[in-house]
Parts: sequence; structure tokens; C-alpha cells
Amino acid sequence: MELFSNLALGFATAGSPANLFFCLIGVLLGTLIGVLPGIGATATIAMLLPITFQLEPVSSLIMLAGIYYGAQYGGSTTAILINMPGESSSAVTAIDGYQMARKGRAGAALAIAALGSFFAGTVSTFLVALFAPPLTEIALEFGAAEYFSLMIVGLVSSIALAHGSVVKALAMVALGLLLGLVGTDIYTGTPRFTLGIREYSDGLNFVALAVGVFGIAEILRNLESEKTREVLMAKVTDLMPTREDFRQMVAPVLRGTAIGSALGVLPGGGAILAAFASYTVEKRLSDRPEEFGRGAVAGVAGPESANNAGAQTSFIPLLTLGIPANPVMALMIGAMIIQGIVPGPNVATEQPALFWGIIASMWIGNLMLVVLNLPLIGLWVKLLTIPYFVLFPIIMAFCSIGVYSVNSNVYDLYAVAFFGLVGYLLLKLRCEPAPLLLGFVLGPLLEENLRRAMILSRGDASTFVTRPISATLLLLAAAVLVIVFLPSVKKKREQVFVEED
Amino acid sequence: MKSISFDATNALCGGILTAVGIFFAWQSFGLELGTALRMGPGYFPLVLSAVLILLGLTILVQSARVKGEPMGPIAIRGIFFILPAPIFFGLTVRGLGFVPAIFVTALIACFASSRMKPLWAIAVSLGLTIFSVAVFSYGLNLPFERFGPWTRF
Repeated sequence: MELFSNLALGFATAGSPANLFFCLIGVLLGTLIGVLPGIGATATIAMLLPITFQLEPVSSLIMLAGIYYGAQYGGSTTAILINMPGESSSAVTAIDGYQMARKGRAGAALAIAALGSFFAGTVSTFLVALFAPPLTEIALEFGAAEYFSLMIVGLVSSIALAHGSVVKALAMVALGLLLGLVGTDIYTGTPRFTLGIREYSDGLNFVALAVGVFGIAEILRNLESEKTREVLMAKVTDLMPTREDFRQMVAPVLRGTAIGSALGVLPGGGAILAAFASYTVEKRLSDRPEEFGRGAVAGVAGPESANNAGAQTSFIPLLTLGIPANPVMALMIGAMIIQGIVPGPNVATEQPALFWGIIASMWIGNLMLVVLNLPLIGLWVKLLTIPYFVLFPIIMAFCSIGVYSVNSNVYDLYAVAFFGLVGYLLLKLRCEPAPLLLGFVLGPLLEENLRRAMILSRGDASTFVTRPISATLLLLAAAVLVIVFLPSVKKKREQVFVEED
Repeated sequence: MKSISFDATNALCGGILTAVGIFFAWQSFGLELGTALRMGPGYFPLVLSAVLILLGLTILVQSARVKGEPMGPIAIRGIFFILPAPIFFGLTVRGLGFVPAIFVTALIACFASSRMKPLWAIAVSLGLTIFSVAVFSYGLNLPFERFGPWTRF
């Protein structure tokens, strides 16, 4: 069977000693930084991105993927131990996980989260392997108009899943798209919005923008009020969940995996939504709903499986269409482009080893997390006690080195400072930076496909609605927009995000 | 009569976004616009700027209706010490070289926290410099000059 020979190729690639090593490093680094509160997966990857540039494309992407799962796992650890989710998708875990920890069952909660995640990771990796190839076939049929419409869907969904005001999220997308256009126009070679600075004629550096808006803005926010963190317990014991725990977690894990896999494919960041959906479902199905919020096993197992499954399947749009489903995937696209790989349906046929290697490494990375991190939990807990004022000079230094190492362009460093300020300003103005980053990555692509489609159709804009796939996609985008603006959905959406905060 | 209450954060947000939109629109007019068939370099940005201005104005108008939460404290000290750190690194990495540049960069960032004691700051920066040189310069072989032309007399 083709699937198995492909998977075999993938495991051969990902299983080479060098790639195993980079996967391990990625997972460890990701967990290390993910454990530090206030720095989510996006900021972690943005900061560590430059380290991977010296590597082979396959190793580099495997390591980045490892950082991603690691950071997610680290986020759950802090959510359980100190009620401070390292990132939004583990916010739900904090509700019941922290309560379990307060009852002295932190070890069991961590183990349940890890095992649930591993199971979900295994299933969804298989799903990626199963669904990615047929989707690439479809994607190969895509013309400029379809790509344009698809990106519109992606951008619109990112709005739907952003926190807070929809109008602001829309504005962020527009701003991101504009920032993405800075640089030289591809058709005429005219410099645009460079303010006469020649060093920006290749466009604003993606890493600089991501590090500034996600990394530095976070640091500034953490500096606003320097509180001492309290770690619940210095020692986590009794990792093994009881038989009763196992019995309680099976069904939630299965349901969480299904929900997460389905929602993760949605462009716009399905992992967060998946965790919330799973929590809601578990609470509704439970015969003891009063336990939720007081340390229910299902309240940890379900959402954790869901967010991990969602994290995996969000690779599907990236690998098949070259369209990022969330900011982390946008960073992966940036990494691919820097490595000289054009993301899109051609990756699977032109670079099968890369394509299947990444898929196989997802599973290996998840396995490593379970095997390594449960014993290492003591170390991660110790990390939590490092005072923040020691951490951020280190982060700043690494950011500076990392950004500079991309192109050896000092103007990128000035851009980091500038976007750090912009990111902080956006945070203060309650604007979500994720749609901005997606817009930034998609800006040039969107314009290129729009212009190409218009030339192909001889200036007839109806090409977007007369081509069936394109029309369907635009209809989908319109539907999402309408739904987001519906009063009832709007209210519900606000509730969800309030709970999260 | 009720006094007019408005959300200062959103008003500011809308104002800034509108201003940024106007800036991009103004810049776009300096570029060739072209036609819908053959779009020039200024066409798509101009459309986007128009959208941004529109959204900015919407936020501005909406801000007059509801009163929002205050903006909270602003990390002034953080801004003054964190942001110059990468700029300093950019200005000096070629001239001073990697080792002094990273040391001073870390040192500047250290003072963003009111809790950092000077001695601690030097210790952290020193340790960080040694680690970075070992990992990035010797380990990963990044093409940085360790000591630049400014340090030679």
C-alpha cells in the first residue's frame, strides 16, 4: 500500500540519528521555554526559529515541529501546576488540572494530560498521513483565483477565532497585509513603503516581525507588574494515575481526539477552539457535571487530547495548500521559505522525504514527550522558580542574535525594536496580533494571486465567483463572517473568551 | 443629561489605525495605480488602506457608545531598556564585535526590571556572553567576528 511505503519513507527520514537528535532538542527546548509562563508556543518558535537556519531543511522543520509540541506540553504543565497557562489552548486545562493539583494529585493530572496528548497525537498523525495526499491532488488543480479565495477563507477564519472585537481583528488583517507588501513590487520592481531605506527593499523580515510582536511585546507586558510566582508544589509525586482515573479518561480522550482532529483543520487556529469544545462536551455528557471545575479527570483528559489533535491536524492545510492555519503554522511557512522550499501542494511530490519525514516526526516527537517529560517533570518545576528578571535579558540576547543571524542585516534588529513597540501598543489597545501575522505572511501571496487572476480573466472580477471551487470558498468565507456578526454567536463568543481569561 | 462617556482605549485604537491607513494611502498614491486588469504596484495597497481607514473610523465611532476598562499600567521602564537592547546590538555588532556587543545588550536589558541588582546584572550578562559565544560562535559557527575593528588600537 502506498500509505505504508510513504510512512516507511517518513520514518526512515525522521528516524535517522541526526533527525532524532534535532527532534529531541526541539522537544526539550520547546518544553523548556513553554514552561516559562507568559511565553506561548508562537513566541517560543519565533525566538528559536533562527537556531534552525543552519540545519538541513528536513532537520530544521522537524526541530521546529518538535518545539511546537514541546511548547504545548510545557504550557499544560504550567497550567496544571501554577494555574497559569503558557498559551491559550491549555487555558481549559488549568480549570480542572489546577484543582487536581491542589488536591495533591498534580502528578496524576500531568500524566493524564501527557497520555491523552500522546494518544491524540498518534491518531491525528495517522489522519494527516491519510488525508494530506488526496488533498494535495485537489490543491494541484487550484488556479490563481482559487488560491486567492482560499486565502480569504483563512484570513476570515482567523478573525472568527481571534479574541475580542471582530472589527479590530479585521483591521489587524488589513494592517498585516499592508505590512506584508513592504518591499519591492514583484511585477514592476518598484520599491513600496520602504521610506527610502534600501535595506527594507526585500521586505520586512518575517522573523523580526514575529519576534517583536509576539516575543518582545510579551516581555514588556510581563514587566508591567512584577509579581512573584508561586509554585504549588516543589515535588510532584505519584505520577501513575489510578485504575479509576484510567477508566474515567478513556471516553473523554477518544471524544477529544475526534473533536480536535476535525477542528484543527480549520484555518484560523482550531486547537484553542477544540479544547473549549471538548470541555463543553465532556461537561454536558458527564453524569457528574458538578465535578467540573473541582478537579474532574475528564476535564483534563478531553481538552488536552483535543488541543494536541488539533495541533497536529493544523499541519494539513500547511502541508497540502501552503496556507497557515494559525500563527505557528505561519512561522513554519516562514521557515520553509527561508530554507528555499515553496510551501504548497508541490512539496509532497517534489520532496517526499521532507513531507513524510515531518509527518513521521510528529509521532516521534509526541513519543519523546511522554517518555522524557514525565521523568523530567521535577526539572521543569524547578525552572518555574527562576525569577523572571533573570530570564528576559537572556531572551533579549537570544532574540537579537537570532534575528541578526537570519540575514546579517542590522536593519532587521531595528525592525525588532519597532515591532516590539507596535506589538505592545496593540496589546494595550486590546488588538489581537495573530491575524496581523497571518495577514503579513499572506499579503504578498494574496496580491500576487489577485493580480494574476485578474490578468487571466482579462480584468473581469467575476472570475472569482464563476469558477466553482473559488465560488464555494468565497461563500464559505462570507458565511463565517455572517456567523461571527450574528448577535447570538457574538454573545456566545464573548462568553467563551471571557472564561478563558 | 448623562455626560458623554467613551472608551479611551478604543478611541485611541481607532484613531491610530485610521492614521496608519491614511499614511499607507498617501504612500500608495505616489505609486502607479494601474487598472483592475493590469494592477499597478499601488492598486492593492490603496484598496487595503481604504479598508483600514474605514475600520479605524468604525472603531472610533463605536468607542463613543460604551465605556471600557482602563488601559492598565504601562511598562515605561521596560520600553526604555528592552527596546534599545536589539538596537544597540545592531549598531555595534559589526564595529565592536560579537562578544562586547552581546554583553552590553544583555546588560541593558537587565535594567528593565526594578528588581535586578547591578551585581546580578553583571553576573547574568557575563554568563550569557560566555554561553552565547560557546554555542553560537564556536558551536554553530555563525559568521560573527568575535572582536570587531573598534576594539583594535
